Amino acid sequence: MDKVLSARVGKPNSQSIDTYLADGGYASVNKVLAGAMTPEQVLEEVKKANVRGRGGAGFSAGVKWGFLPKDTKGKPVYLLCNADESEPGTFKDRLLMENDPHQLLEGMILASYAIRCRNAYIYIRGEFYDGARILNRAVEEAYAKGYLGEKILGTEFSLDITVHRGAGAYICGEETGLIESLEGKRGQPRIKPPFPAVSGVFAAPTIVNNVETLCCVKHVVDRGADWFLKIGRNEKNTGPKLYCVSGHVNRPGVYEAAMGLDFEEILYGQNYAQGIRGGKKLKAVIPGGASAAILKADEIKGVPLDFDGVAAKGSMLGSAAIIVMDEDTCIVSAVMNILKFFSHESCGQCTPCREGTTWLYKVLTRIENGQGRPEDIDLLSRVGGQMANGMTICVLADGAAAPLLSGVAKFRDEFVQHVEQKGCPFAVRVLTPA
Amino acid sequence: MSHTRYRIEAAGEPRKFPPEAMARIEKILKRYPTKQAALLPVLWVAQETWGWISKESSEEVARILELPPSHVDGVLTFYTMFHLRPVGKNLLQVCTSISCHLLGAGALVEHCRKRLGIDLEETTKDGKFTLVEVECIAGCDRAPSMMVNDKYYEPMDAGKLDALLKRLGRGA
Repeated sequence: MDKVLSARVGKPNSQSIDTYLADGGYASVNKVLAGAMTPEQVLEEVKKANVRGRGGAGFSAGVKWGFLPKDTKGKPVYLLCNADESEPGTFKDRLLMENDPHQLLEGMILASYAIRCRNAYIYIRGEFYDGARILNRAVEEAYAKGYLGEKILGTEFSLDITVHRGAGAYICGEETGLIESLEGKRGQPRIKPPFPAVSGVFAAPTIVNNVETLCCVKHVVDRGADWFLKIGRNEKNTGPKLYCVSGHVNRPGVYEAAMGLDFEEILYGQNYAQGIRGGKKLKAVIPGGASAAILKADEIKGVPLDFDGVAAKGSMLGSAAIIVMDEDTCIVSAVMNILKFFSHESCGQCTPCREGTTWLYKVLTRIENGQGRPEDIDLLSRVGGQMANGMTICVLADGAAAPLLSGVAKFRDEFVQHVEQKGCPFAVRVLTPA
Repeated sequence: MSHTRYRIEAAGEPRKFPPEAMARIEKILKRYPTKQAALLPVLWVAQETWGWISKESSEEVARILELPPSHVDGVLTFYTMFHLRPVGKNLLQVCTSISCHLLGAGALVEHCRKRLGIDLEETTKDGKFTLVEVECIAGCDRAPSMMVNDKYYEPMDAGKLDALLKRLGRGA
């Protein structure tokens, strides 16, 4: 497959509107606003293409848009671009924003046209200083060329886009946490329903879409739903996809391929990560960011990297952050690291999450440090089991429980070994950058 | 939620935004339907103006945005990028999340502590360096990744770190 989303990455001045226009950019905005497609037709095209949410949930963007009320009772509709990319192991949206900001803006303009949005925001995580600078410059350029602002290209369609920086909180990537944060509050997720499409930011109908999802929208309008549907494994897993590979591989990075790429191909293929570093053996992989269940080396054979393919193995594609662990990796310490993350990032509203993540981290720390008790291993599973599946307002707790429960179930021997030997049997990791 | 971030230090002097910062704030307010929604952007202006956000800055932001001071404090303590006390000229932010952890982030933090003679969340006596751990900064393919202020330095190792510290004014 030829690159689509990352086609312009690395080209000289790929951020500027001039090179974007020279590469055929904003052609779809020109075409659509000239009357080639009504908002309903754009929505139907995106729905037909089955663009599933690239932020992690894999929910169809077109279906989500369809949840907006037909009559908004005078309230405006908001589009929020989720650029909070903070799932550990994920770095694809950073690449898209830093290299090709106009692709995202074009996707947002088309999405806004489809859902009749007048005001859109890009909620970008605070740490992406460069991303925010590049996006702000791109927004200014788009205003100057008439692609944003009042009466775009002389039509009745107007749109403002504002880049809004977060300030260091993972939970603001959860769509209602993001909405709360945009309203100037602590980013604590809301109870649903009502879903954002009915009542979101400023109590108005709101659509939240990930950066990569909105970039896909641009290409669906460019080339049509049928083209998008042909890319990918089947009609439920469609389009181009960015995969983030990190950890113990020879060539970590972002790789674009058709949805459903073979798992072993991305780990070992010449065009991809080129195998495990130092000729080591693979021990485990987290396929979809830190909140996905761990897969053992023998579980990835023949698995297509798409939403349904990875789900069939009891994990999830999530944000397609593939974290690779070699045979020298201590699973206890890896899971401990992940629980440290979640205990820090729990917003604190729900007891199972706030207390569960904290206690799991404490118990894991004592096992890793050689003070674990034999009963601690079942304690981990019991506490983890009480956090997931609807016990909390959002799925952060589920995300914390998944690597823990799968880690304990699949690598129980390692946990037992830590307890029996009263310490970690693995050597401390030294600094080994790629 | 960081459980230790609840104390906002006082600067001991009133905080008034300089005119250019006020002009920025006026521009920001135009982009949102409520004043409250401008809170995070205005707090960023405050941090860029004074380097950190004091109790007095927080109260001034509350006044400008017509918000209860307690609300602003609540927001400030929730988001880890807002500094509630002064930080060093160079804020060293070492990522220790999973991908960096797998490639030796722990050893990198240790190395920083030793070289700077400070613990996490501390600042060197000369005010040049503050050391903190951060959560995944999306530099996983160039792990271990770190940031100094707003710039990425990756992939990082002990030798590169020593060279960087030297460049920033710290002898080996």
